[in-house]
Amino acid sequence: MSAAAKKAIETGKIWTFPGGIHPPERKELSNHSPIGQLALAATYVVPIKQHTGAPGEICVAVDERVLRGQPLTQSTTGQGLPVHAPTSGTVTAIGPGRIAHPSGMADIVIRIRADGEDESVPQQGLTDYTQVSRAELLDSIRLAGIAGLGGAGFPTAQKLALQRPIDYLIINGVECEPYISADDRLMREHAESIIDGAEILLHLAGCNKGLVAIEDNKPEAIAAMQDVLQQHPHFSLRVVPTKYPSGGEKQLIQLLTGRQVPSRGLPIDIGLIMQNVGTAYAVSRAIRHGEALTERVVTVTGEAVAKPGNYWVRIGTPVAHVLQQTGFQAQDNEQRIIMGGPMMGFTLPDVDVPIVKISNCLLVPSTTELAPAQQEMPCIRCGACSDVCPAELLPQQLQWLAKAKDHEGLEKQNLFDCIECGACAYVCPSEIPLVHYYRKAKAEIRNIAREKAKAEIARERFEARNERLEREKEQRLERHRKAAEARKKAQQEQVKSGGDNPQDAVQAAIARAKARKAAQQKAADEQASSNDEDNA
Amino acid sequence: MTFKLAASPHSHQRRTTKQVMRWVYLALVPGLLTIIYFFGWGVIWQLMLAVITAWVAEALCMKLRGRPIESAWHDHTALVTAILLGISIPGFAPWWIIVIGTAFSIIIVKHVYGGVGMNIFNPAMAGYVVLLISFPVQMTSWPLPVQLSQIDLSFFDSAVLIFTGYTPSGYDLEQLRMGADGMTMATPLDSLRTALNHEMTIDEALQQPIFGSIAGLGWQWVNAAFLLGGLVLLKVRVINWHIPVGMLLGLAVPAALAWMFSPDQSVSPVMHLFSGATMLGAFFIATDPVTAATSNRGRLYFGLLIGFLVFAIRTWGGYPDAVAFAVLLANMTVPVIDKYTQPVAYGHGEKS
Ligand code: SF4
Ligand code: SF4
Repeated sequence: MSAAAKKAIETGKIWTFPGGIHPPERKELSNHSPIGQLALAATYVVPIKQHTGAPGEICVAVDERVLRGQPLTQSTTGQGLPVHAPTSGTVTAIGPGRIAHPSGMADIVIRIRADGEDESVPQQGLTDYTQVSRAELLDSIRLAGIAGLGGAGFPTAQKLALQRPIDYLIINGVECEPYISADDRLMREHAESIIDGAEILLHLAGCNKGLVAIEDNKPEAIAAMQDVLQQHPHFSLRVVPTKYPSGGEKQLIQLLTGRQVPSRGLPIDIGLIMQNVGTAYAVSRAIRHGEALTERVVTVTGEAVAKPGNYWVRIGTPVAHVLQQTGFQAQDNEQRIIMGGPMMGFTLPDVDVPIVKISNCLLVPSTTELAPAQQEMPCIRCGACSDVCPAELLPQQLQWLAKAKDHEGLEKQNLFDCIECGACAYVCPSEIPLVHYYRKAKAEIRNIAREKAKAEIARERFEARNERLEREKEQRLERHRKAAEARKKAQQEQVKSGGDNPQDAVQAAIARAKARKAAQQKAADEQASSNDEDNA
Repeated sequence: MTFKLAASPHSHQRRTTKQVMRWVYLALVPGLLTIIYFFGWGVIWQLMLAVITAWVAEALCMKLRGRPIESAWHDHTALVTAILLGISIPGFAPWWIIVIGTAFSIIIVKHVYGGVGMNIFNPAMAGYVVLLISFPVQMTSWPLPVQLSQIDLSFFDSAVLIFTGYTPSGYDLEQLRMGADGMTMATPLDSLRTALNHEMTIDEALQQPIFGSIAGLGWQWVNAAFLLGGLVLLKVRVINWHIPVGMLLGLAVPAALAWMFSPDQSVSPVMHLFSGATMLGAFFIATDPVTAATSNRGRLYFGLLIGFLVFAIRTWGGYPDAVAFAVLLANMTVPVIDKYTQPVAYGHGEKS
């Protein structure tokens, strides 16, 4: 980043981003009371993969007793992220189970029956983290199972491990999605720990400037953070105007620095790194107290729960338990259970799925507060969608191209720069589920690319196999030729030396050679085909 | 228990196409009232004919395309087309003019191109131009402002005139258009053109009774009323400023230049802005989103182009008003405008 650019940032300037919307915030529903505790559930379901990247290997067995904070998976490569037991109890099953995912897909889960003791593994914190090596610190964060709690779920240590120059660490407390107030409450109640975690992150990022961003609709959180930040000269507070989606990574970067993350690039490409306040808090707990990530703040809200608010929820708690504890009453058969907020959350088909590291909200709206989608009408090209698109795309063109399956056109119109914020669909007077079409189109394009790559690999493999078989055949023929020659020679010598009845012996030898050859051929073919299966 | 699945976002701004259209209708009211005040009741009958024709045509198309007929009633775009066409044609034109025009707009311009959102040309203006070319006499027989006319027509007299060609007291349209001197009067823009062609100066031309203080008598107020309605639409964000501002600038700037260089021979920019269909065009016709450019920047250029074309056709062309032609010509350039005005998406510009 140039000196001039930094200077502009230092003035505390807040830039703007194009588009954006102002949906009803409805945060007052959940942000009035302190973060509550829930009674322990009887069973927990811990999916082994809760972050972007490969899962770790399972290191517990069925019937094994586990303690809270005990890793259930570990990774040998130093890349994957472990998951931990949310409470003490017994592992009852390991196998496929439904997880909270927009597609409702299944993954491997570890089921634990709680024993009610809630006994924890011994924990060991660090008082002075500057005394340990960077690698060790990063490893502690990884072993605590910390992934971005803001929604993306990218392993935090991995983000920090990239040894690249960083100008600013941005701590994201914007929380622009309506209804959600988990970060708001966390900042009000645990500002100290959040900033402590932020300092650790700053130390690891190897830069000396941090920006803490909060939306101006959270005066209490701003005050609490401001208070703590006075003792932390490396950090400065940035209050951003309330507008959705100002908390989106790309939009917040634009707000705070006036710059844009290059298409298909990362913030680190322009010397920035962003972490959510919840993540900073978890880092502080992991380093200072040696605590693994086994719980998070979840906003439970909507008019269909009796006790809306924020709760510390153990990772792996079935949604059913959370809803039952907060007095959920299904309103009618139009009832939706939304994991996440009203703009980007997804609906759950049932409530058996567990809360995971990235679940920041459970929203159970009544049909009057969030009316179900209406009949989709044709696009009238009014342009309302492109007026609000923060990525400066043309959503009306995208939907048209997506419906026509014009993949080339979609790429030209930068479909993959769509952040799926839903602002366009929010304003569309024809109620076209635009984001739904974009997701589908993206999946199709990705699938085609994957198929293509697969076909390419298969073709290469096929050619390699043909070559190998060809080579082996030649070698075999060569061997046989040599063997035949040797035999002929031996025979001639035998004839010369006047052995008796050589004809019989020749016949027998030919029969033997034939049998051997057939057997060899068969074995070679079998091996070749089994190799292919292994590779497939 | 299973729960309802839905795609995000789950929250939706409750402003439907219907509400948007309601604002448009409301914003047309002041203009409509001034038309009635200055040019009589004819326009109301034209509107009724247009709306009925549009509904019948829409229902027919729906049936032919195998869609539920009721959906014709949901579709406000047909209604807007009908209303714009009804307002645009001379108030006492015979009934079959508006019927043919509206049917053409809906059936050919809209549905043959694939229905809502697919048409390339502004349906109302395409219908208008077809009428103008096919029936030039009827389409240019603008009534005199009531204040200059010798004959006063009631609401029902107007209907009789439109359906039979004669008023109940036996006058035909031609007689209605005569001034006190017994000469047929042209519209202000026509009179100006004729005057300029006859080597009169503008000042001399403006002495004719058909002119008011700033533009044509009656026309200036009609334009002012549409301007008012347009501003309301801007205020409630039913339309964006890009097209109307573009069009008005595109018209006013060349007009001002011409006027500065030869004030005797040119129509003043103010006169341009408050004549003919300028304001109706800028706020209600050119803003048809389906046939306009896509991005806001593109729409600004689209508006500028229409404005300039209006100026050019009024100055050098042979037709009485230019808005319809200008809009259709600009419609044709939309793909080119779109190509060169695609906004730079996040992460693609130099800010990244
Ligand atoms: S908001 Fe909806 S109707 Fe309007 S242009 Fe966009 S997609 Fe079309
Ligand atoms: S969902 Fe995509 S296209 Fe729609 S407003 Fe957000 S970024 Fe733009």
